Amino acid sequence: MSTEAAIIATEAPATPVRRSAYRRLIRDPQAIITASFLLLVIALGILAPLITQHGPNESSLDAVNAKIGTPGYLLGGDQSGQDIFARLLYAINTSVISGLIGTSVAIVIGLFFGLVGGYFGSRVRTSVEWIFNLIMTFPGILLLIVLMPVTKGDYRATMLIFGVLLAPGVYRIVRNLTIGVKNELYVDAARVSGLSTLRVLGRHVMPVVRGPVIISAAFLTGSAINVQAGLAFLGLGSAEVPSFGAMISSGFLNLYVDPLQFVWPALLLGLMSACLVLLGNSLRDSLEGVRPKASKIGAPAQAAVTTTDQTGGQAADLLQVQNLEISYPTPSGEKKPVLKGVSLDLRAGETLGLVGESGSGKTQTAFAILGVLPPESIITNGSIKLDGRELIGLREGELRKLRGRSIAYVPQEPMSNLDASFTVGAQLVEGIRSATSLSRHDARERALELMEHVGITDPQRTFNLYPHQISGGMAQRILIAGAVASGPKLLIADEPTTALDVTIQAEILDLLRDLQKEMGMAILLVTHNFGVVADICDRMAVMQQGRIVESGDVVEVFSNPQHPYTRELLEAILDEDSVREDAPVVRVSAAKELA
Amino acid sequence: MVQYILRRLAIGVILAALVTFLTYWLLSFSSDGVAANILGPAATADSIQALKKDMGLDRPFIIQYFDWLGGVVRGDFGVSFFTSEAVVGAVVARLGVTLSIVLTALVISVVVAVALGVLAASRAGAIDRVTQSASLLGHLLPNLLIAIVLVVVLSINLRLLPATGFTPFSESPSKWAASITIPVIVLVINGIANIAAQVRGTMIGELQKDYVRTLRTRGVPTWSIVYRHALRNAAAPALVVLSLEFISMFGGALIIEQVFALPGFGSFAFNSSLQGDIPVIMGITVFSVMLVVSVNLVTDLINGWLNPKARIY
Repeated sequence: MSTEAAIIATEAPATPVRRSAYRRLIRDPQAIITASFLLLVIALGILAPLITQHGPNESSLDAVNAKIGTPGYLLGGDQSGQDIFARLLYAINTSVISGLIGTSVAIVIGLFFGLVGGYFGSRVRTSVEWIFNLIMTFPGILLLIVLMPVTKGDYRATMLIFGVLLAPGVYRIVRNLTIGVKNELYVDAARVSGLSTLRVLGRHVMPVVRGPVIISAAFLTGSAINVQAGLAFLGLGSAEVPSFGAMISSGFLNLYVDPLQFVWPALLLGLMSACLVLLGNSLRDSLEGVRPKASKIGAPAQAAVTTTDQTGGQAADLLQVQNLEISYPTPSGEKKPVLKGVSLDLRAGETLGLVGESGSGKTQTAFAILGVLPPESIITNGSIKLDGRELIGLREGELRKLRGRSIAYVPQEPMSNLDASFTVGAQLVEGIRSATSLSRHDARERALELMEHVGITDPQRTFNLYPHQISGGMAQRILIAGAVASGPKLLIADEPTTALDVTIQAEILDLLRDLQKEMGMAILLVTHNFGVVADICDRMAVMQQGRIVESGDVVEVFSNPQHPYTRELLEAILDEDSVREDAPVVRVSAAKELA
Repeated sequence: MVQYILRRLAIGVILAALVTFLTYWLLSFSSDGVAANILGPAATADSIQALKKDMGLDRPFIIQYFDWLGGVVRGDFGVSFFTSEAVVGAVVARLGVTLSIVLTALVISVVVAVALGVLAASRAGAIDRVTQSASLLGHLLPNLLIAIVLVVVLSINLRLLPATGFTPFSESPSKWAASITIPVIVLVINGIANIAAQVRGTMIGELQKDYVRTLRTRGVPTWSIVYRHALRNAAAPALVVLSLEFISMFGGALIIEQVFALPGFGSFAFNSSLQGDIPVIMGITVFSVMLVVSVNLVTDLINGWLNPKARIY
C-alpha cells in the first residue's frame, strides 16, 4: 500500500483506546437490549423458587395439559402435569450453568495454552499444537454421547467435556494474537529490560488478547447452551433436570394436543441464543473497531464535483490537473482534505517529478489521475484533463478504455502489485489483451518481446514463474513491461525505485529513460528522492500538505529554491547522503574486528 | 506429492490409533452397563459377570484394546454386540443416508454462499445488506429449532413433505429428494451463514490489495479482477471454512437424523453409544478420524493448487 493511503487507513479508526471502546459499547442499543434481556432471563432463573408456586418436578394429575392461565399454572401444564412456567424458569438455570461451565473451561484451557504456545519457542508450540489438533479430531457430540456412562448423564460433567472440545477455537485466537504481539518491538524492549515472563504476559499480551476472548465467550456460551439443549432433546441426561431440550422434546411429542407447549421453551432458547450472537457482534464492533466495509469496484465516489472550468495551461498540454481537491470522511462525519487545490500540467514526452514527504498528497494525485482513488474518497473540486478530455466523472467502463492505452501505472512495491496466484507471463498477457485486440498467441509473443526489452535475460523461463519466485528488481521490470505494453502517452510511476536495492534503482531509472526516448511518452514520477528527480526529470513540482508549493525547471529549482520547504527538503537530502556514505565503512570495520 | 500424501495419511493412522486408544479406555469403564444392556431386564450381578467373561470384557483393558487393534490391522472390525452385523458393512450402509444430506447441503451452501459473498464484497449496497442479514439470521437460529419448525409447517400442517424416514435414491429419486429436503434446508441455512460471511470478509480484504489497483490500471475488466484474481486468492481461507463446515455438518447430522428419524450415520452412532456397542463405536470412531484427516488433506492439496506459495509438495 502506498504511504499516503496507509496513513489514511490508520487514521480512519483513530481511537481504538480501550475506554472509548467501552463507551461505544454502552452507547450501542443492540448491546444494551441484548445484555439487559440476558440479565433479566438470568435473574428470572435465579429467582425461580420465589416466583413460581411449583417445583420443577412437581406434578399433579389435575394439571395434565392444563390450559394457559389455569390458576397456579401461568403457562399451563404439560403432559405429565408439571407447571410449564416453573419448568421454564428452572430450565434457564440449567442453560446458564451449561453455558458458564462450557465457556469457562474452553477459555481457561484455550487461554493458558494459547499464551504458552504463542509465547514460548517453537518446540513447545509444536507439541501444544499437536494436542489441540488431536482434540479437534474427536468427533464432538459423538464423544459426549460415548462418554455418557462416564458422566453418568450429569449435564455439568458433559459440559465440562464440551468445554475441552471448544478449547481449540480459543487456543487458535490467543496463540495467533500472542505470536503477533511477541514480535512487536515494545514487547522485545520489555523483555530485554528484564521484565519477567509473567509480567510481560500480564502487562503486554493480555490487553491484546482480552477483547477477542471476550467476544468469543459470547459465541461459545451460545453454542454450549444449544448443545446442551440438543443433547437433552435427544433424551440424554436425567429427566429430573428441567431443560429447554427436554421441554422442546416433550412439547414436540404433544404437538397435536397443545402446540404452545412446544413454543415456550423453543422461543426462550431461540431468544437467548440470538441475544448471545447479537451481543457478540456488538462486542466485536466496539472492541475491534469498525470492520472493513464492502465497496463497489470503481464506484465513482466523487460526490460533490463542482468542476470549475478554468482556462489556464496550454491547450497543447497532454495532462492538465486544475485545482484538484480531495477529501476523506472521518469517523466524526467531517471531511478531512488531503489535496487542497493541486494544479499541474505535463506536455507530451516530458518528465515531471512530483516531490514531497510522505503524506503530502503525491500518491493521491497520481491515483486521482488514474481514476483509482479509494471508494470512500470524495473529489470536492477540480478538473483532470487528458488530451483535453475531462476524466473526472467518467464511469469505470470509460476509464478502462483509457487505462493501459493512454495512461499506465508503475507502482512502488513490486511484489504486492503482482497477483501471487498467476505466473508473471499470464499477468502480462492479460494486461496486453485488455488494452489491445491482440490474440492470445500474439499477446504472448508481445509479452516475451517486452520482457526481453526491459532487460529480463531469460524471458521464456521467467514467463512461467510465479511472483514469489523472482526478485524485487525483476518484478519491477515485469510491472514496467506491463505498463508500457500498449504504448501509453502518459506513464505514472509512483516511487518506482523506493523498494529496490540502490544498484537496481539506477538500472530501473535507465530503463524508464530509454523507454521514454523510444516511445515518446510523458512520465509523471512521484518520488521523495531528489537524486531521482535530478537524474531523470525535466521539471519538478514540490508538494506539502496537499498543496504544490513550488514548481519549475529542475535545474532552476535545485540551484535557486524559492520556497522554504523546498530548501528544507534539499538540505535534508544532503544530510541523508552523508550518513549513508559513512555507515558502511563503520560496519565493514566492525565486521573485520569480529572476524 | 505422493510422498507427501502418504506421510499425511501415516500421521492420520497414528492419530486414529491414539484416539481409539483413548475412546476404548473411556469405554472400558462402562463394560458392566454393556453386559446389562445385552442381557436386558433379567440381568443379575452373576449373569453380568458371566457374560463379561464370555465376551472377554473382564480382561485388562490394554489387552482388549490390542486384541481389537490386531483385528483392525487384519481388516476385521468385529461384529456388533447386539445385532451381530459386521461393523464395516453396518457403517457403510448408514453412510449413504448421511452423505446424501451432508453433501447435498454442502454443495447448495457453497454455491449460494460464494455467490452471495462475492457479490456482497464487489457490489456493496443492497446485495451486501441482504448477505449480512442472511448470515446473521443463520447464526441466530438454533439448528434444532429450524428443524422442528420446518417439520411442523411443511410436513404436519401443509403435508408437502414426509416428516420422517428415508427413501434410497436407487428406489425412487423423487421420494429420495423429498425425504432429504427438510434436513438439507436446515443444514443449508447454517452453512450459508458461515461460508457467506467468510467469503465476503476475505473478498473485501482481497479487493483492497495493491494488485487489484494495478490490474485496474492495466484496463483489465472488473469481472476478471473479481472472479479470476480476487476470488482465486480468497478461495484458500474460504476452503478452510468449507472443510470445517463439512465436518461440523457431519457431526450436526446426529441431531437432525434423530429429529427426522433418518437411519443415518449419526443416529446409528447415537444408538450404538447408548447401548454401549463397543465394536460399532470403535468402528465409527476410526471412520470419523479418517474422515477428518482426509478432508483436511484434500483441503491442503486444493490450497496448494490454488496458491503457488503454499505448495508443500
